[in-house]
Amino acid sequence: MPEAAPLKERQVAFRGGGFAPRPVGFVGPIVFVGLLLFWEVGSRLGWISALILPAPSAALAALRDLFDSGLLFKHLGASLQRLLLGWCLGTLAGVAIGLAAGLFSLARAGVVPLVSAIFPIPKIALLPLFIIWFGIGEESKIATIFFGVFFPTVIAVYGGIDNVDRSLIRMGQSFGLRWTSIVRKIVLPGALPAILSGFRITASIAIILLVAAEMIAAEFGVGAYILMAGNLMATDQLIAGVTLLSLLGLTVGWLIGRAERFLLRWRS
Amino acid sequence: MDLHLSHVAHRYGALEVLDDIDFTIPQGHIVCIIGPSGCGKSTLLRLIGGLEQPTRGAVLQIGEPPADSRNPLTFIFQDFALLPWRSVHGNVSLVLEDQALAPPAREAIIEDVLQRTKLGDFRDAFPRQLSGGMKQRVAIARALSVNPACLLMDEPLAALDSQTRELLMDDLVELWSREPFTACYVTHNLAEAVRLGHRVIVLSRRPGRIREVVEIDLPLAGRMAQRAELEALQDRLWRLMREEALAADLELADA
Repeated sequence: MPEAAPLKERQVAFRGGGFAPRPVGFVGPIVFVGLLLFWEVGSRLGWISALILPAPSAALAALRDLFDSGLLFKHLGASLQRLLLGWCLGTLAGVAIGLAAGLFSLARAGVVPLVSAIFPIPKIALLPLFIIWFGIGEESKIATIFFGVFFPTVIAVYGGIDNVDRSLIRMGQSFGLRWTSIVRKIVLPGALPAILSGFRITASIAIILLVAAEMIAAEFGVGAYILMAGNLMATDQLIAGVTLLSLLGLTVGWLIGRAERFLLRWRS
Repeated sequence: MDLHLSHVAHRYGALEVLDDIDFTIPQGHIVCIIGPSGCGKSTLLRLIGGLEQPTRGAVLQIGEPPADSRNPLTFIFQDFALLPWRSVHGNVSLVLEDQALAPPAREAIIEDVLQRTKLGDFRDAFPRQLSGGMKQRVAIARALSVNPACLLMDEPLAALDSQTRELLMDDLVELWSREPFTACYVTHNLAEAVRLGHRVIVLSRRPGRIREVVEIDLPLAGRMAQRAELEALQDRLWRLMREEALAADLELADA
């Protein structure tokens, strides 16, 4: 038998992998710091006019001035109070009504069309109405935030309840659990992930509405501070105010992240 | 307490699912129900357990359940139905929390059933950390904790791999041998039916009717040693089911 020529060996080409983004921790800060540096250097070298965009150091100085004058906490305090009251009340009412819509056919039939009709209205358009109803003081601003938070919360809660595994509810019934136990121990924990993602959205909505409401009528508050800075063309103060908002948003997001990590620790 | 199904029929709208089902589950026996997919086996179990109401006929309890039975008709589900946010201990505790039990008594029951199902070392584990077989053990422990008069088992081993299935079958035989329980065991696996059933009820394809009732008089514990008899029985069941399964397979789901 003739000797066969040895067959060529070749490694199988790799064609898998990808489509799986991993967290790369150091890139975010590098981009952030790099951008700030570029901005600062650009301002100092005169590429960027101070009127158009003040240097980060100028914005920081404006923030320090604000702190030294003692007005920082007055503005922040006024804003936080409105935010907390509006968000908490809106969330409480939203969870209550969302629960009802999630559990009872009659409540759902009544609530869902109403929510669909009112949810898309930008609540800030209703602020003049709220001012007539509740006066120019705190109430009208809190009402704006309340309504802005209320509707998405209702949707998140009843949507979350719809997605609770029905087989778990049947299990509860098959063991003769009380209705209240099923709601408290099976339905609510099952809906919690959806409710918490709803909180993320409503917290952002609340901050947006807070600033908008403060820009229309307020003496103190981050929104009022930004508006005043804008009217005076004090762009360094404007950037300082916007930075405060960004920090506020980051803090709220971080708090909700912590809450998620604690309340949903059974998931990871 | 025996259970008697008296001429039970069930339909979903125009779809007839079960027709004239009539049999008894005697106390201390395991009755297996087999049939082709879609023949209404699981529906039948839900009717027995009171999760659905039959269109016609009735499910009757004959005699009183034992006084210490906290939930006479207790399910074991194919998908385990464990709460992912509760530990093993918490999942068993869930079904005892609505009972009038002092906390120490409750803890004692939980401890006892976890020992009986060999879960003592896993009491603080969460369901996501457990294998399928362990999850079903937790579900069995949970069912045992309420002292059921009759266990309603809906394909309890179907979601497990075949080795785990063998192990759990041994466990069930052992549990039964130590303390005979009553059970209605729905499965499409003939090997499970001949290993665990004192009586096997073969259903026809939809609408499910009783095609045949096969009594198996071999004692549960010794069955593994009688492979030849089991094989013969399994063959006989398969011959009964084959045509039905073939026909059921060719039906359109929404026809």
